[in-house]
Order: sequence, then structure tokens, then C-alpha cells
Amino acid sequence: MSTSLDDGRSRPAQTTDPVPTPASRRRTRERLAELRGPAVPPRPLDARALAALAANPGCRRRALLDGAGVDKAALAAKLGSPAPFGQSQFAIVRGNSFEARVKADGGRELLRLLGVEEPGAVAVPDLSAAGPEGRTARTALALREATAAGGWTLLDHPLLTLEVAGSPVHLEPDAVVVDPAGRWTVVEIKSFPMLDGSADAAKVGAAARQAAVYVLALERVAAVTAGAEVAHTVLLVCPKDFSNLPTASAVDVRRQRAVTRRQLARLTRIDEIADALPEGLSFDVGGCSAAELSAAVEAVPHAYAPECLAACEMGFHCRSRAREAEAVQTLGRSVRGELGGLTTVGAVLAAARGEAGDPEDPAVAALRRARALRQEALGEAAACR
Amino acid sequence: MSLIAHLARMEAVEAGRAQPLATVRHRHLSARPLVLVPLTTAGEAGAPLGALVGTDPAEPRLLVVPQPRDREQRFAFLAELAEVVLPYVEGYADDVEPVERKDPATGEKVLVDLCADAPQLIVPSRAGIAYVRLLGRSMRFRRTAEQDPDTPYPAPPRVPLLGRWLTHYGERARVPGSSLLLAATDLLNRHWATGQSSLEDQHLGALLAWIDAPDGPGAASGAEAAHRAELGRDERGQLLCPPAGPATDPAFDNQLLAPAIEAYDRARLGVGAAEDGAAAELALGALHRAEGEVRRLVASQLKPTWDASWRALALLRELPEGARVADRWTRDRWSFTAHRDRITAGEPPQPRRDDAVTAAAKLAAREQAQGQLDAQEALDDPLVLAGRRLAGEAFTGEVTEVVMAWTESKRPAPRPLVTVRTGDRPHLGGGVKAYRSLDGRPQAAEFVALEEDGSVVLRLLDKMGRAKEPAPGTVPEKGDRIAWTLFEHDQRSGPKLPDPEETPWTHGGPPRHPEGELPDAVTPEDLL
Repeated sequence: MSTSLDDGRSRPAQTTDPVPTPASRRRTRERLAELRGPAVPPRPLDARALAALAANPGCRRRALLDGAGVDKAALAAKLGSPAPFGQSQFAIVRGNSFEARVKADGGRELLRLLGVEEPGAVAVPDLSAAGPEGRTARTALALREATAAGGWTLLDHPLLTLEVAGSPVHLEPDAVVVDPAGRWTVVEIKSFPMLDGSADAAKVGAAARQAAVYVLALERVAAVTAGAEVAHTVLLVCPKDFSNLPTASAVDVRRQRAVTRRQLARLTRIDEIADALPEGLSFDVGGCSAAELSAAVEAVPHAYAPECLAACEMGFHCRSRAREAEAVQTLGRSVRGELGGLTTVGAVLAAARGEAGDPEDPAVAALRRARALRQEALGEAAACR
Repeated sequence: MSLIAHLARMEAVEAGRAQPLATVRHRHLSARPLVLVPLTTAGEAGAPLGALVGTDPAEPRLLVVPQPRDREQRFAFLAELAEVVLPYVEGYADDVEPVERKDPATGEKVLVDLCADAPQLIVPSRAGIAYVRLLGRSMRFRRTAEQDPDTPYPAPPRVPLLGRWLTHYGERARVPGSSLLLAATDLLNRHWATGQSSLEDQHLGALLAWIDAPDGPGAASGAEAAHRAELGRDERGQLLCPPAGPATDPAFDNQLLAPAIEAYDRARLGVGAAEDGAAAELALGALHRAEGEVRRLVASQLKPTWDASWRALALLRELPEGARVADRWTRDRWSFTAHRDRITAGEPPQPRRDDAVTAAAKLAAREQAQGQLDAQEALDDPLVLAGRRLAGEAFTGEVTEVVMAWTESKRPAPRPLVTVRTGDRPHLGGGVKAYRSLDGRPQAAEFVALEEDGSVVLRLLDKMGRAKEPAPGTVPEKGDRIAWTLFEHDQRSGPKLPDPEETPWTHGGPPRHPEGELPDAVTPEDLL
């Protein structure tokens, strides 16, 4: 175990790292653009990427590809393991029409869900601008104005930025409400139902994690806005029971916010990962052959676990590599814990059969006992038949 | 999961096919189960798309909602589902046997009816169980025109009753070891270990590919077959093995289903717009064809899962039933009988949320069922017992010496000392009791000492009769191989919870709404 701790691969970023200067940031941005392919626009971090971040913060492959804004779905397809993700148009249509219904009537419906019956005038500023930078700046300006104005304001699809592993990513919450006291509340509109006051826990958890990232991004803006405060409860809006009527619930995201913040801080710095790569590597899906891309992807180590399949577009690709390497994690994260230093299926089975391994090692001894008991029970059952 | 189960998974990786996790079947399988394969519309909460349902693998009943956003069509689907499910359920209600039971009020023994058998519902996956609950919830508060003539959108007559039964089945499925409503994936996962993770095991097609892998040289390994089942697509981009539902594959929705539903909508408009008889006839023909196309598409997604569910049942039937499975099935029969009685007595549907007293009782019952299931599975199956032996919770050994001894009271009772040689390492210590099964009943012994050679000395405590000499056959003899467990075989339930009327107001929660539960609010348009 001591060797794996010392090889530096699993070491989180240290606080002694040099503080990034504007020049080093620019260099990182240029390097990431080079990796992505200079002609390719960066892909914004969507909800799925955020979920993957939470599911597997230690994966360098995912961190680099997300940080560089590579289209992982296209990459996975070109590598021959297309991600099975997709959204049914029925769900999209329903989601969009529900969101429109919630935001109808100049935001009054939404404020009613917040518990405000008589909001007076609700300002809904226009946030459109050219390019993501322009939209981010426009959002920050609208937030400042709304906080200063001291009334109710609904920001429809604002654009925020958050620095993830040294590079900025753009985030687009469904809405942000500014109240007269200058408190900003993130609104997350989902089309899964709230049945008898409770919704699917997994879906609520995902929504809370997503909203926590928005809260973190908003806090960056709030830090430079006088009189502003970001609420740590977000408003989750869902259809009520089996109807099309919206209902809402305040979700406390303090825990998710703290976890995400810690994970973001601990993320292996993308510039470090990028610097460790050989020159001339590229993830340009349009410009490289499948063989080149495969080699480029192999150059960045992955940390596959079965949870990746539901969260990351590269999941099936990494799984086939992990299976080729017979890694025990392919059978589940918990499997690894009981096996000590044995990391491949072959090594585990050899140790269990007594062909390899140190019998003094408690993991090996337990495996041998487990195998002996299993064989005995199977033999007993076969004899009974 | 235990190390033994991990090891089984690794053996499966090496062998390329699933390995046994059990040597007997731990769940009851009805001779005539009802298999239900539902599909739902993506994004909608209570909008079924279709289902295959039936008790004969060769003759499923196909139910399809050509336009899932149409309330009338959804009701028609539910009514049709009730037509299939309710006669099946009610077919078990009248065949009863008298059973002696203690009357909780008087303490006297009375004869009550227990249904001789109970209907069993099988769905393909865990998501299917959740969907049964959801369907139950969506139906049980609906009002029919007969119940309430003023209700704005009356449900077909038998739909609320179906909702109550599905709710009961969905609720019962949460009791560990119950078999009224089972998922094929859960059944398979209980009995086999595949060479993939438990997350991937939720895919029925991939799971079957591992378990049902073809034999012989040149045959694809379980891993390859599972990969094909998960991701394999045809030239149109459609999955070769459609998901077991209730969610459909987005590619299917977008490429095939959406155009077909659109065509159906257009055909319906055409029927409405037809001006004369000839045009109407033509339009009706077009509508019929469009509906047929939607039905064909939905069936194409359902049929593979239908076949896979029956295949799973056939695989499970090859295993002999565990000795104590029938005991747990009896509890399921009681559960079914009790709900039958509640419906006959005209009680209102199950509330939206359990009150505090009911919730506490349910939790206690489930906890007890879990303990009972763990113990019974280990007693029924040496392979499950092996896991408990590895964990130090049980041991197997040969009796090397039996020394008779007695209590020192006025009427000495036998307390023989039994020495057992074992290679296992049970967690024994002062005051720890061990149990063995004596003709299906637990016999207790207490730990006395550990010999130098690792043998365990136990003192038998009960089941030896009232005489001074133990009844024949109740004391092990030298050379017997016996499995001892450190856990009790019967789960003792805690003190009985008081009746709702006896529960103090501090523990009973808010009082019930006197009128019972109100139906869900409906809007003229219930689609988005």
C-alpha cells in the first residue's frame, strides 16, 4: 500500500501549489484548447457532468475531458462505445412545457410557490447577450441591479461561471429569484412528480447536487455585490401527483454545497494533468482517427467504477478497458475493500486457490477460507441431489 | 455483500458464466403466476404506454395506449388491465381452509379462514415493482360514477379496486422474503452471481445472458452476451434487447414511437374531419392502420422482456424449493387473506401516508421478517450457511464426545456436554448460545469451553423431554455432523404495539381525516 501512496498519482492537490497567475491561467486555457482541438467550441458542464463529478471526483480522465470541454459523447461514439444516454422527446416536450407553465404570468406563479402571494411588481430582466462571457456579465449586472432595487426579481435562465479544476465552466440554472432583502434563491424545475409530498430520492438528490453547484457559482457573484446573500435552501418545483399543477419544496443544500466545494477544491488540477501528457496529444473528435483518439484517452488514467455507467459518457469505454485489465473494481467499489493488495480477478482467484499470495496476509487467508467453505457447501449440495 | 459472494462473482468472470449463490430456491413460485410487463411514457408520471400481461407464456394479453396523453385512453387501458388482473386475483379469494388462531381480544382459540393459495405477480425488474406501486397509487383514490355521480372524470368501475390490490402488492413487496410480488431480476440475483457488478445486474437481458449462457466450445461468453444485450443495436439504431421497462429506450421513442403516435393523431383528426360516409370509412381505415402500427411497435418492445421473464421463472423452477419457503408463503397467504377481508368489509382504500401507529407496526414487522429470512435461508441452504460460517456466526463440526450431566435441582434435568470438532472460527464466549435444528425445531446449547485442539464444548439446554433421561434422538451421538448457528432460528418479535385506540396521543400522530382520503385534484387538461 505504501508504494501506491508515494507514487503521487492519488495525492490530492496540495495547498502549497503556486497560486495561479493570469499568465499561467492563460497558458492552461491555451493548452486545453489545444487538447480539445482549436476549432472546436468547449462544451459546457451540464447536469450529467456535474453528477459524474460527484460520483467519481478522483477520475483524471473525466476531469481532463470535462475541464477541456471535450464532447465526451462524440468521443465515446468514435471509440466504439457510444453512451446509451439520450432523452426521449416526450420527456423533453413535457419538461419544457412544465417549465413554461411554472414561469408563466411574469413569474407570479413561481413566487406563489415560494410562498409570496402579493409580490407587487416582479421584474424579469432580459438576460440575452452575445457569447457566454457576455451573458455571464449581463447576469452579474442584473443581479446587482436587482439587489439594489429592493423588489422581487426573477432571472430566467441566467448564466454563471464556476472554476472547476482551474478552468471556468458555464452553468445555467432554470431560474434565480432575488427577494427585496437581497437574498438570492436558486430555483430548480424538474418534471418528475412529487407524489403525496415526496419525490424519488435519487432524483431529488441529483437535483440538490446540481443546485448546490449553482449556489457555489452564485456565491462568487454575491461576494462582489453589496448587500447580497445566497440562500442555502433552493426551491425544487415539480408537478404535483399525477397532475400538471406545479408544487414546490424547499431543499436544504448545505451538505451538498459543502461536499461539492470540497470535491472541487480537491480535484486534481487540470493543468497538472495536462502538463503530464505527452506533446501533440489531441482529443479533437473531428480531426483525429479513432486509433489516435484511443491512444490519447489511454494516456490519461481513469478510475472506473460501475457507478460511472450512469453518470459518464465514457463509462462503457472505461469499463471495457477495466475488464481487459481484470480490475476487481468492475465488480463494484465495495469489492476492492476486502481484498487488500489484490487488484485483479486473476490474482484474487490464484490467491484463493493457494497458487499465489502470502498465507500470512489476512486478505489471502480469508479468501482461502471463503473458497474452501464455498466448495464444501457446493459439494454437499451436489451430493444431496 | 460477503467475501464469498465476491469470490463467486470472480469465479463467474473467469468461467464466463454465472455461478450459483444458492443451492435451493429461496422464494416461493406459484404454479400459475401472473406476469406483468408494463411500459410507461417517458416524462409522464401516470401515463402507461402499454403492457403484456397473463398467466400463459404463449398467450400474453397485449394492452396499448395509442395516445398516452389522452385521459380516456388511459382509463380504457386501466379498465382492461383490471379485466385481466382482478379475475386472476379473485380466483384465489374463495378457496379457503379453516385455521385455528388465537383471538387477540379474548385470547380464545377460534377458527378463521385462510386462503389456500394466493395470487402471485411477477414483474421483470425492480423498477417494475415501483411502477406497480405507482399504478396502485394513481388508481385507488379515483371515483367511479357509481361512487360519486358528480365526479368530473369518473373512472371505469373496477379501476379503484385494482388500485387497492396493486397498492397492497407493492406494499407487501417491501417485506423481506415475501413472494406476492417479485421482480425477475431480484429472483435471479438472489440465486446466481454474475461476473458484473450489482448495478449492471439490474438489466434483465444482461443478467440472463450471464446465467443462461450457451454451453459448448465457440459459444459466446456471458460477458460478451451481456454486452450485446446492454448495448447491441440494429442497423436502425434500435436496441437488440429492449430495456425491461417501464421506461423505454429514448432512441425508440424518438425514431419510431413519436412518428407513429403523430400519425395516429393525424388519423384521428382525419376521422373527425370526414364529411361523408365514404370519407369517414377511409379515415377510419387509416386510423385503424395507425393504431395497429403503434400496437406493433409497443409489442416489439414488450415481447423480449415477456419471454425473458418467463425464462427467468423457468430457470428458477429448476432449483428445489428451500424447506422453509412454504412457511414464508403461508405469511403471504395471510397477508392476501387479510386484504381480501378488508375489501369485503368495505374499508376505505389505503391512505396516502401511513399514520404513526401503522408505520411503526410495519417497520417492526419488516425488521422481524428480515431476521427471519436471514436465519431461514442459512438453515435451508449450506451455501448461505457457508457465508455465515465465514463471518463467525455459525459453525459446522463433528461430535467427538458426549458426556451426560444433569442439573443439580431436586428433579434433575439432562444437560449433556457435547464436544464438537470444527475447523470454523465462531465468535464464541461466555454466555453465548448456539442453536441447531432438531427436526425443524431449534435446540439451544450454551458455550462451555474451547479445548486446546480447537474443539468446542457445548451444554445442551432444551428439547430433551421431561424425564431424567433425555428422549431418544434428542442428544447428538458421537460422529454426527451438525451445523450450529449463533443466531436464533425464530425471530422473537418485540413487545406487541398497542392498538391505535390505546396509543397515547404523543405517539399516535395527528388524527385521521374523518371522511377518509379525498380523491386527487383533477384539471380539465391533465397533460403538459
